[in-house]
Amino acid sequence: MTADDIRRAVRRIAHEIIERNKGVQDVVLVGMRTRGVPLARRLADAIRQFEGVEVPVGALDVGLYRDDLPYLGLRPSLQPSDIPIDIDGKRVVLVDDVLYTGRTIRAALDALMDFGRPGQVQLAVLVDRGHRELPIRADYVGKNIPTSRREEVQVRLEEVDGRDEVVIVRPREEGEHEG
Amino acid sequence: MRDDAREQARPTSVREAPAWKREHLLDVDELTPEEIELVMDTADAMREVLSREVPRVPALRGLTVVNLFYEPSTRTRASFELAAKALGADVVNIAAEQSSVKKGESLLDTVRTVEALGAEVLVMRHWQSGAPYLAARHTRLHVVNAGDGSHAHPTQALLDIYTIRRHLGDLRGRKVVIVGDIAHSRVARSNAWGLTALGAQVVLCGPPTLLPAGLRPGTSMDDGEVAMPPVQVEMDLDKAIEGADVVMALRLQRERMAGGVLPSLREYVRLYQINVQRLARARPDALVMHPGPMNEGVEIAPEVARSAQSVIEEQVTNGVAVRMAVLYLLTGGKA
Repeated sequence: MTADDIRRAVRRIAHEIIERNKGVQDVVLVGMRTRGVPLARRLADAIRQFEGVEVPVGALDVGLYRDDLPYLGLRPSLQPSDIPIDIDGKRVVLVDDVLYTGRTIRAALDALMDFGRPGQVQLAVLVDRGHRELPIRADYVGKNIPTSRREEVQVRLEEVDGRDEVVIVRPREEGEHEG
Repeated sequence: MRDDAREQARPTSVREAPAWKREHLLDVDELTPEEIELVMDTADAMREVLSREVPRVPALRGLTVVNLFYEPSTRTRASFELAAKALGADVVNIAAEQSSVKKGESLLDTVRTVEALGAEVLVMRHWQSGAPYLAARHTRLHVVNAGDGSHAHPTQALLDIYTIRRHLGDLRGRKVVIVGDIAHSRVARSNAWGLTALGAQVVLCGPPTLLPAGLRPGTSMDDGEVAMPPVQVEMDLDKAIEGADVVMALRLQRERMAGGVLPSLREYVRLYQINVQRLARARPDALVMHPGPMNEGVEIAPEVARSAQSVIEEQVTNGVAVRMAVLYLLTGGKA
């Protein structure tokens, strides 16, 4: 995906969020660190343009909720979560860059419930690359990109990486480790 | 099969903690500035957890942390216990006076027993310097030194550094004065290593009899029992405190008095108490710290301990966050 593709996808998802929720009353966007956060901010900007309404944006770090890390033998670096408002009864839209196994979203749901009891949780992702291991699906998808498990989808965003693009990294060779 | 599963499950969005490869935390002297920063950053996330209505996350669920204390301790033990529980771990406390240690069980026997019980982390306080190092060499447990003799107290130093950084930001060029019984203080020593690693200027201040060999006048570093980073030593507190950004008072252990190390408590108070007049010589916004428990009216005047400059209570709160960070990082390496 090019920078233009990403921009269009974000605007379309913003429209879909508005349409599906019949406005943005009670909608809260919660970006998942790292790249879900700038995506959530971009969605909020687009919604402000379309509707003239400021939607609250939060940030969620799910590192403390993952179940696959002891097993993978690594610790993600952590940043504080920041949920600026009471989410009880709200329509929370979780925002992430890539949907893959679904395990990150599972962890995010646990993390979110520790902050309150949302009325509804929806999921927006820029890329759905398939290979789900849990019964989880996205409500809003920027682009479906069929991939092999050996490939890696990298989303780069201006705010984090200095430029906007989505690239598929070549399949890793047998025995080669991810850097 | 397992390799294949590993590859499949590896999430692309997880950023691996950049610098943490350690199995144990024995002292600050072995940590790089990057590793110290990593503990600090991780502690920020832990503070957020502690600020919640229900401060509990499942990061260490299913793991057991054993607190093995050969010396009495209230706050350090409680702090580790709260930290482990906030991460969802199970906690077992063993006070050595009441345990089989009384029956002559050796340190390593006890450690092996803890290991056999299925624990993953051993938090250990021992009156003997070096004891946690011995334990770490003979176990697959992650060992955290919670204070060994007069040698090291790494989590106390890390929580002190964390507290200072929250108020002052970058430590480079900051002057930190540590006052009191330097010779017997594992807190002073671990702080000296951590603070100098981050670029702070450390001044140790106390009566000559309470300075360690190596720093005492008339001795050289070769006489030192334990290594020290480059620090300044100043016996005159009024001089030492001049322009300080941080003033840290150490607990005067009254039992030392019996050894004739101090001529009189009154003289100690006169020369080394952090009081309002002395504090006025430091920077106006200087932080006042104390690792606790305090002897108010001895090493610190009550009005200073409770002043707006005091961050003593915050040290206790930050201690839980920093210990959570340490437990979280240590248990990531080996699973």
